[in-house]
Amino acid sequence: MKSYLCIVCGFIYAEAAGRPEDGIAPGTKWADIPESWACPDCGVAKADFEVVEI
Amino acid sequence: MLPLIIIGAGLAGWTTAREFRKLDKITPVLLITADSGDFYAKPSLSNAFAQKRGPAHLVTTPAASMAQSQNVTLQAHTRVTAINTASQTVNTSAGDFAYARLVLATGAQPIRIPMAGDAASAVLSVNSWQDFSAFHARLTGGNVAATTAVGQKHIVIMGAGLIGCEFANDLVSAGFAVTVVDPASSPIAALLPPGLGDQLREALADQGVVWHFGTTVQEMDHLAESGGAVSVKLANGQTMVADVVLSAIGLRADLGLAQAAGLQCERGIVVDARLQTSAPNVYALGDAAQYENGRTLPYVMPIMHAAKALAATLAGQPTVVQFPLMPVAVKTPALPLVVAAPAPGTVGQWMPSEPGVWLFTDGNQAAKGFALSGAHTGRRAELARQLV
Repeated sequence: MKSYLCIVCGFIYAEAAGRPEDGIAPGTKWADIPESWACPDCGVAKADFEVVEI
Repeated sequence: MLPLIIIGAGLAGWTTAREFRKLDKITPVLLITADSGDFYAKPSLSNAFAQKRGPAHLVTTPAASMAQSQNVTLQAHTRVTAINTASQTVNTSAGDFAYARLVLATGAQPIRIPMAGDAASAVLSVNSWQDFSAFHARLTGGNVAATTAVGQKHIVIMGAGLIGCEFANDLVSAGFAVTVVDPASSPIAALLPPGLGDQLREALADQGVVWHFGTTVQEMDHLAESGGAVSVKLANGQTMVADVVLSAIGLRADLGLAQAAGLQCERGIVVDARLQTSAPNVYALGDAAQYENGRTLPYVMPIMHAAKALAATLAGQPTVVQFPLMPVAVKTPALPLVVAAPAPGTVGQWMPSEPGVWLFTDGNQAAKGFALSGAHTGRRAELARQLV
């Protein structure tokens, strides 16, 4: 599973953890998150995240 | 066609350029910056060690790539020396440029307070990638890839606000010895319910952070043959030896250019609801700006909202900036926090609502703010719906 970094604020979305508070179950692949989802910390669009190797 | 000129390549400057380009692909954009123009996430500077990222890893997009992808002409390493709002020109170290519209995204500078001692000028602040690189080099002896402590260096942090606490947590986790000095009686006193501040104080103390509340750093002196270490004397008489002193006592909007240009300034460059300054065709946003109702909002989310509204205005759709509720995340893994502070001037008080949840209620028992800790930080959307 990969992690994704918000290039604006540094928030990390980890696929393994998901984002249950936003209705995104643990294990949800990045590709399966809706395009309308935005960074919970700074509000930037999904397109402004990038892959991080952890 | 005269360009849109943006001064400043921080988050406010680059985001304005990016949002403008989504709406207008033709008007030339010239971005002028005193630094390199490399793009980085500024909030990452205070949790870089935890993320195992050195200075080079923090640059997410080099300046040249940013300029190319946004179709922006970048004038890097160039200092603006004057703005003439009558002739609509800016004077710089690289020549003069005329603008159709001008955006001031000049940010803020760390507040410096006078201190005694022959090492007072050795105090560091971290408000940019360049600052962080210098700080990192001091901590790691120049090992740019280092992400953990080299030897047990002692860092004294002035200021127990949000940035001071984030750095304290990051550095202590990386193996440094950390002492924090603040005149208040608990951390992040300006933002947190006092009881929650006490919890953060204990959580960081458990990790090894040493607190000195109710006092300030008064004097810094060089120690002979110490390899750069300094003697730090507090106002309460205590002394300690520090390898690095980091000042995190706050920022002040960078007003020099704007004031010299005759723009109305108070705590920031005063802008109206459409982010226009007191001069036509000149706008400001970000840490440099003072928004309506006298608010300064030096956080990421307000910058994103302001940049989007400003881009629309610049692209010909006059748009009033509207700031939604913008909870602030405090990146202290010892006790993660999310705080939605009540609007300035709101009368009321913080009360614990349930474990990990605090509510700020006014005289009518209406919730006007909230603070969440630990695992409850994930409930920000739920709590935001309860505010009235």
